[in-house]
Amino acid sequence: MTARGDTPILEIEDLNISYYTRAGEIPAVIDFTLTVDRSETVGLVGESGCGKSTVAWAIMQFMGNNGAIKSGSIKFIGHELNDLSDEALRQLRGSEISMIYQEPFAALNPSLTIASQLMEVPITHEQVSKKEAWERCAQMLSDVHLPDPQRIMHAYPHQLSGGQQQRVVISMALLSNPSLLLLDEPTTALDVTVEAGIVKLIADISKKFGTSQIYISHNLGLISEVCERVYVMYSGEVVEQGSINSVFTRPKHPYTQGLFGCIPLPPTDKNAAPLRPIKGQLPLPHKRPRGCNFGPRCDHFEAGRCDARNVTMVPVAGSDVVDHRVRCLRWNEIDGRGPPAQAKAKPPIELGERVLEVKHMQKYYEVHDRTIAAFISGQSIRFVKANEALDFDARRGETVAIVGESGCGKSTFAKVLMGLECSSAGELRHEGLEIGNTLVNRRSSQQQNALQMVFQNPNDTLNPSHTVGAQIARVIEKFGIEKDKNKIRERVLNLLDDVKLPRDFYFCRPRQLSGGQKQRVGIARAFAGNPSLVIADEPVSSLDVSVAAAVTELLMEIQREHQTTLLFISHDLSVVRYLADRIVVMYLGQIMERGTTEEIFAPPYHPYTEALLSAVPIADPDIEKREIVLEGDLPSALDPPMGCPFVTRCPRKLGEICEQERPLMQSLSREHAIACHIPIEELQHIEPVISVSPASERLRAK
Amino acid sequence: MFVFILKRIAFMFITMVVVSVLLFLLLEISPGSVATKVLGPYSSEEQRNLWLEQHGYFEPIYVRYLSWLGNFVTGEFSESIRFKVPVSEVLWPRLGNTAILGIAVFAVMIPLSLVLGILAGMREGSKLDRTISVTSIVTTSVPEFASAVFLSALFVFWLKWLPGTSGMAEGFNLKELVLPVMVLVLYDFGYVARMTRASMAEVMTMPYIRTAVLKGLPYNKVILKHALRNALITPFTVIMLQINWLLSGVIVVEFFFAYKGFGALLLEASLNQDIFLIEACAMVAVFVAVATQTIADIGYTYLNPRIRFS
Amino acid sequence: MANATVTTTPESTHWTALKRAIRSFALFRESWIGMIGAAIIVFWILVAIFAPLISPFDPLATLQPFAKPGTTFVKGGTFLLGTDHIGRDILSRLIWGSRTVLIYAPLATFTAYAVGILMGLAAGYQRGWVDDVLSRISDIVLSFPVLVLYIIIIATIGASGVNIIIAITFASAPGVMRIVRGLVLDLRSRDYVAAAQIRGESAWYIMLVEILPNARGPLIVDACLRMGYVIITIGVLGFLGLGLPPPDPDWGGMINETRQMAMAFPHMALFPCMAISSLILGFNLLADGLREISLRD
Repeated sequence: MTARGDTPILEIEDLNISYYTRAGEIPAVIDFTLTVDRSETVGLVGESGCGKSTVAWAIMQFMGNNGAIKSGSIKFIGHELNDLSDEALRQLRGSEISMIYQEPFAALNPSLTIASQLMEVPITHEQVSKKEAWERCAQMLSDVHLPDPQRIMHAYPHQLSGGQQQRVVISMALLSNPSLLLLDEPTTALDVTVEAGIVKLIADISKKFGTSQIYISHNLGLISEVCERVYVMYSGEVVEQGSINSVFTRPKHPYTQGLFGCIPLPPTDKNAAPLRPIKGQLPLPHKRPRGCNFGPRCDHFEAGRCDARNVTMVPVAGSDVVDHRVRCLRWNEIDGRGPPAQAKAKPPIELGERVLEVKHMQKYYEVHDRTIAAFISGQSIRFVKANEALDFDARRGETVAIVGESGCGKSTFAKVLMGLECSSAGELRHEGLEIGNTLVNRRSSQQQNALQMVFQNPNDTLNPSHTVGAQIARVIEKFGIEKDKNKIRERVLNLLDDVKLPRDFYFCRPRQLSGGQKQRVGIARAFAGNPSLVIADEPVSSLDVSVAAAVTELLMEIQREHQTTLLFISHDLSVVRYLADRIVVMYLGQIMERGTTEEIFAPPYHPYTEALLSAVPIADPDIEKREIVLEGDLPSALDPPMGCPFVTRCPRKLGEICEQERPLMQSLSREHAIACHIPIEELQHIEPVISVSPASERLRAK
Repeated sequence: MFVFILKRIAFMFITMVVVSVLLFLLLEISPGSVATKVLGPYSSEEQRNLWLEQHGYFEPIYVRYLSWLGNFVTGEFSESIRFKVPVSEVLWPRLGNTAILGIAVFAVMIPLSLVLGILAGMREGSKLDRTISVTSIVTTSVPEFASAVFLSALFVFWLKWLPGTSGMAEGFNLKELVLPVMVLVLYDFGYVARMTRASMAEVMTMPYIRTAVLKGLPYNKVILKHALRNALITPFTVIMLQINWLLSGVIVVEFFFAYKGFGALLLEASLNQDIFLIEACAMVAVFVAVATQTIADIGYTYLNPRIRFS
Repeated sequence: MANATVTTTPESTHWTALKRAIRSFALFRESWIGMIGAAIIVFWILVAIFAPLISPFDPLATLQPFAKPGTTFVKGGTFLLGTDHIGRDILSRLIWGSRTVLIYAPLATFTAYAVGILMGLAAGYQRGWVDDVLSRISDIVLSFPVLVLYIIIIATIGASGVNIIIAITFASAPGVMRIVRGLVLDLRSRDYVAAAQIRGESAWYIMLVEILPNARGPLIVDACLRMGYVIITIGVLGFLGLGLPPPDPDWGGMINETRQMAMAFPHMALFPCMAISSLILGFNLLADGLREISLRD
């Protein structure tokens, strides 16, 4: 298939896709129309279940056993894909249209070497010799900036890190120089700093090879940084489309506007400008409302009009950018800033006495190495330094965020604090009492009650075998807060009120609840005994944006009410910036920097904090970021560098000293400290990573 | 990897030693009853004591165990009570017969169950899949002794095609092998086929199969290169462990068809309280079982590069 | 599921329980394989319960040897399935024999499960040396070919109902333990278990209340399969002459007593074989249906 003139690479028109399940036909994508031009990058954004991935599978004509394209056309450079024979389709896949997947590890065959998985692409599509295939593959691996391509060719997928695996998948997709590249959440499974590298690579590719791309993501920030145009999807439909600039600065659809109200962009702040969650939740595909799908959740809903009949896409008239379209009847009547009533400013929380003190706390794990080499050298026991010399504290009512990527030791710290593990050395005091060496069963009932936890995975946090009510009641019963059965129940019902769940949920089993509802129950359970300190381990990271905002707000509200100290563990700096009073930045088990939120987000930075700030995508085209892309991947916690843990990736590395000596904490203020060999004076001269252009329309509107 | 193999082999020997201790305790803890079993219930007290004296039964128990174990390792079993010949003289030929039976069963069962399992697993939920699944549930529901009765009734009583016993009185006869093999295959193939099907069906849903399809590979290459490599790891283990099951199956089948094999010997020894023969047979059976398990474990790690290279 | 579906008030706990029961039955109805299996099992349970009412003759009475199926008895009645070599009515013996198998098989499976679950919970949750010891023991027991183990045990301790249960428990509990241990290892890392640990719950509370109920799905499926194996085992022991001592009717024993005559009178062994196979098939089909449903939900 050769390109002719200026035919768009991909034209999708009025596409309808349904899945057929036992419950009947479920429309997954409705009236979908999209065009991708030559070397253009188009974003498809939406929450889980909105049908964005289904579109990608439809382009690939890979619908599985129970899915089918019902109507509409998908034209690739003028050729109708829906009519292609299996053989023609096979020749197209992997050579003209390629795909990059969400989980690189799962996408690679575990029992074949990288070489054999890569080489079959040119061998199948271009019938080249094995030798030539090998050379081309090795070249492509070095094109995606993988070190030592020959070694990687011989490796099996599990011997590579997540970032390397994704680079291999990308190189596999590029081997035949496709005209169209589909990227389905290509960085979701990766750490932020690794993600930044992949995003940059993808951007370079489209420039270098002129490949058209469809970038699918739930992350508005990523879409904003990668794409030129965007399609916002909600419940199977595109609700708004247009250029990034137009859609992201002047969103017209209430859902798009709602999404922006839900993500903590730099001007928002938990006290001055709280998030504005979208009410309700995504409708199930077979229970979509009449008329506008967003109707029941919309603040501008007009009965009799919005729910009368299906809404069609209309061009946004008067906008300076062409092709901004929106699926809303009232787009002209609403101003797009949401009702200000929801976003009331709140007074800051008064901080009380010190609740938690951590001094030089260490946690090492023993690892038994069973290889012969280790056996011979006598080093069969090695230590994983999960936590090394942690130092910080937390006050009553304060929110302290612990930030870091995978393997930084934040979850280990949570385990030690909760008494599921013992610390190896140092002090860990809760209300003055040492608890680092006391496992939870040895702690007094009072201490058990005082330290509670909110977990990450909503599907895992509640026991599927017991009712919601019973699980909350057990906490109240266990800590003897109430003895009488009726009083316990009364209290549970009140807690359900507190977390804004209907009282009916008392007798529900967890599987009847949505992810956000489960997290609310998890919060109710943690706060049931009125603890003095709650540790929340990424409580909203697996929730959809609109739900996450509501749960975050709820957590903040309950914390405020109970004057609880909150330790908030997260990898997401923008959430942390929004809700934390103080921040601890960790890398490979060590604290790199700590300080108040303002201190962390302004220079002087630790070089790692600086890179982390640059890596977090921001969904605002007006915000300018200095680009810092870290080389390589996170080192293994089993084998950390000798000196500064960040030395292997640090762009500001001084030299020998960084490799040999562990940097000491340099104090800048009462709270602010940085562990780096670079003198503070020098760090102070670093430019801010994030700057808001003064002409920002969004800011002016706030 | 090397350490792993050593550990598996060491564990195999530990298991053998523990089993030997248990057997010894179970069968030889009281010398009096050993003598009674050897010399018969009508022997006199003096005869028994004399016999015990001669065979060193008045030594301390650990000395007895160690010398017993020593004899075992060197292959010097005692004399069978029932056959009145050294145990090894009956044991080895019988074991050879059973090996013939076992090889024949595997030669039929492995290709049959793998092909059926792969065909069913390739297209999960298809008519072929459901037919194969239901068939294999039905065949695994008929125990060997029942299918032996059914098949004899059919092929021996009604059709008169095959002989009803497999004593091989006039030397080796392939016809006499047919029914025992058929019975064992019928019971075993369903299980292996279902395991293969499950493994294949699971692999077919894996994202890497999707990757292979969307790379534009021809379908047969997706199956042969990408799916089978991963899908056959589990069946390999299952087939190795099937040897353990087969050791149970041969007892029933050899008993039913009067086939002069190891299973029938073990049963005969137990029914006649021929303790030395029981000991020898049990040790051999456990050795075969543990050895195949070890091979299965090592093979599994070898086939799985994720384990092999870590 | 959306909260819109939940319309019950906190008072209606019995209602929701009933609704759930109805819904799971409706789910079950969709697996015709499971339904057939359940029907076969229910059939045999009814036969066992009403044995005295429906059996045409006394199962122990020697009436007329070597009667073919359908022979009329001189003193009235018909031997629908014929008689055996000493003249007992095969149909009556089959009907009464269902009692034997339906008492011993569930009992043996139950004891094997009780022991296996306790071992599995302890090994999987406590880990450490408890796990090592229990796992090694079960490895050793499982390394025996099953039937060899049974033969040695029964040959040593003698054949009786209780001994059969002991032997089956001894041989099957390690297998149950392995499954339970595997499930526990998976479930113990769940956040709700951590939540219970943080509350300071005792180990037994966590094992029995937080973990075990969530392992029930795979365990029920396995129990059905294992029930099939236990029935086979009881049958094989009877067939090898190591089963329940005569004269009580026992399917495996009936096959053993009459298989010598199988060449001339195949009906004597054929019908007990059909009976035992159908019951095993019932449990295997039920297990398959249950697995199918659990995968769907």
